[in-house]
Amino acid sequence: MSDVSRRGLLLGGSALGAGVLLAGCTSNETKNDGGQTKVSEGKNAAPGKNVTIGFSAPAADHGWIGAITANAKAQAAKYSDVKLLPVDAGKDAPAQIAAIESLIQQKPDAIVLLPNDGAQLTAVARKAMEAGIVVINLDREFSDPAASFALIKGDNYGMGVSAGHYIGRKLKGRGDAVIAEVAGIDTLQLTKDRSKGFADTLATYGLRVSNRVAADFTVPGGQAVTANLLQAASKIDAIWNHDDDQGVGVLAAIKQAGRKEFFMVGGAGSLDAMDHIAAGDTPLEATVTYPPTMASSAISLARLAVQGKGLDDLVELQVPKLIVLQSETVTRSNVDRYRPLGFKS
Amino acid sequence: MTAGTGPTTNEPTTNGPTTNGPTTNGPTTNGPTTNGPTTNEAVPSGRPGSPAPGLRWVAGEPVKRTLGLVAVLVALLVVGAVTRPDIFGDTSKLWQNELTVLTLASAIGIVTVGMTFVMIGGGIDLSVGALLALASVWCTTVATQSYGVGGVIFSALAVGAGAGFVNGLLISYGRLVPFIATLAMMVAARGLAQKISGSRTQINHVSLINDLASEKILGVPYIVLVFAVVVALGWVLLNRTTFGRRTVAVGGNAEAARLAGINTRRHTVLLYALSGLCCGIAALVVVAQTTSGSNTNGDLYELNAIAAAIIGGTALAGGRGTIVGSLVGVLIFSQIANLFTVNNLPTETQRIVNGAIIVGAVLIQQFRLADLRRRPKLST
Repeated sequence: MSDVSRRGLLLGGSALGAGVLLAGCTSNETKNDGGQTKVSEGKNAAPGKNVTIGFSAPAADHGWIGAITANAKAQAAKYSDVKLLPVDAGKDAPAQIAAIESLIQQKPDAIVLLPNDGAQLTAVARKAMEAGIVVINLDREFSDPAASFALIKGDNYGMGVSAGHYIGRKLKGRGDAVIAEVAGIDTLQLTKDRSKGFADTLATYGLRVSNRVAADFTVPGGQAVTANLLQAASKIDAIWNHDDDQGVGVLAAIKQAGRKEFFMVGGAGSLDAMDHIAAGDTPLEATVTYPPTMASSAISLARLAVQGKGLDDLVELQVPKLIVLQSETVTRSNVDRYRPLGFKS
Repeated sequence: MTAGTGPTTNEPTTNGPTTNGPTTNGPTTNGPTTNGPTTNEAVPSGRPGSPAPGLRWVAGEPVKRTLGLVAVLVALLVVGAVTRPDIFGDTSKLWQNELTVLTLASAIGIVTVGMTFVMIGGGIDLSVGALLALASVWCTTVATQSYGVGGVIFSALAVGAGAGFVNGLLISYGRLVPFIATLAMMVAARGLAQKISGSRTQINHVSLINDLASEKILGVPYIVLVFAVVVALGWVLLNRTTFGRRTVAVGGNAEAARLAGINTRRHTVLLYALSGLCCGIAALVVVAQTTSGSNTNGDLYELNAIAAAIIGGTALAGGRGTIVGSLVGVLIFSQIANLFTVNNLPTETQRIVNGAIIVGAVLIQQFRLADLRRRPKLST
């Protein structure tokens, strides 16, 4: 009996010690990234009527969505006349609809909404508009333009186009070039748009995608499909990876296979990808952006729309109805300019 | 009355697992080394069932089962050889390709070893994927990485084993159904992982860990060796120790095991802690492979591990299963994923094939079992 209790004491003691040690290991201090928000210096910067903005985006499951939410909050904090009401959107469309319903009850002046699914959230967005709330549709488009006051989104097809041009210019005239594509979640429309833009653009150079695999926007997913991809193609000339988050895994797999005969283009524009482009320590030569800073811009748009102001450099008195962001190509020569926009994956 | 009929009706079913013991010379080697009385008590319960006729097929069955799976694996390689002779026909390319298959099977394989123990012990652990995610996040925080490689390894293993221990306590002493307890842990651990990481991917800068995946010894990546060691230790633990025999006994009939003197509650706690520890080891493998920790790691690993264990012949109800079977189960799934990618085929079809394989493998095993049961009846 005494033997058992002594053992228990030892076990308990070591468990306690381990717990104390572990508790010290949860800190994750991160530097605040500077260039993700911006307040213009023109007349629009002057505080106006107080604006309450509701905000809803899907629960963050990877870096890009995480950056969207963080940017919206940071941008709102920069305005003295903006109060942000972020609501948790949960995991799926019905949960987000419920969240928006409760948000409408609080009668904010505007709602910035990144829907889980554009079509499924259209009805509730229209309801908000009918209640006199300015709805700014962020990235994923509603099926009815009347459901939002303005739409700001990234350009998925354009990402494929930008990546296609970068690879096309380098491999022009080599019809036998092996071009591989590591796509994101294959069932999403945005993945199909990206792939179509890529294939269409490559075709103008007389090139085509020879190996295509789909990961799931996660690092292990990117690592696993790339490890197999590198076995399938013993020689590759170029790889386009749709997403820099899963790109961490893609680069890991390339390093583990010891392959370096090709160059790679990324997608989205994470800070980590830009660091690799600047350092030139991996095959990653460029990335095409899909900037989460659009959340910051959406907050600014919502504020201006409620205050009845237009964009400073445009003639019109209201903000534009539709803004599609450029998918820019970040290479070693311009990476320093883009780095402040890179998001922490 | 009802309590009295319970054990007696259960008795015949337990005869299977308990006679399993004598056939794979468990008691003969284990009896003398540790607590003879316990195993001695278990033996008489198997004696009345006249082990002689039953003995032959019980001994052969897991082996045949595993051989059937190996045949499936070989068939997959043949498919590869037909569709991509340039890879599967060239020895060095085939070696590289199969190393990739093994590497990608490592993390899920290690998790499956733990899962196999839990399932043989009559439980189920739905939290493995979430525990892997939590351990991978916990061991790659900025603070943990500042302690260097020791800190990373320690926190991954301690978090995994600790959370598994909590699972075990809830099930054994909190009297929660394993399904519920581990379901709760699955949700909570994933949430904690999200909270710690802020849902961001945490890049690992401890190069010694990353080297586990990129550095090789005799051409074999270190993580494959880690996988091999875990499988070997798992096999020894299950087949050559009292712990393993007790696991089978607890899973076969917990009440009989308790009456035979096994502390079933404590044993259950240990099983879940073991599964958690495996998740911690797997987390290190994933961190090495992906050079990062993330709360999305290990997504659906619980289902993949259960599927691999089941096609490997582990009974969902407990009391039966082998480490080798689970290993081959994992390799089959990994080989299928590889075949699809090297043939440039879409992943949707792969999921359908995976589903068919699970059903097919279990169906085949059931048919064989029925055949073998009929035969001894005819002979007597």
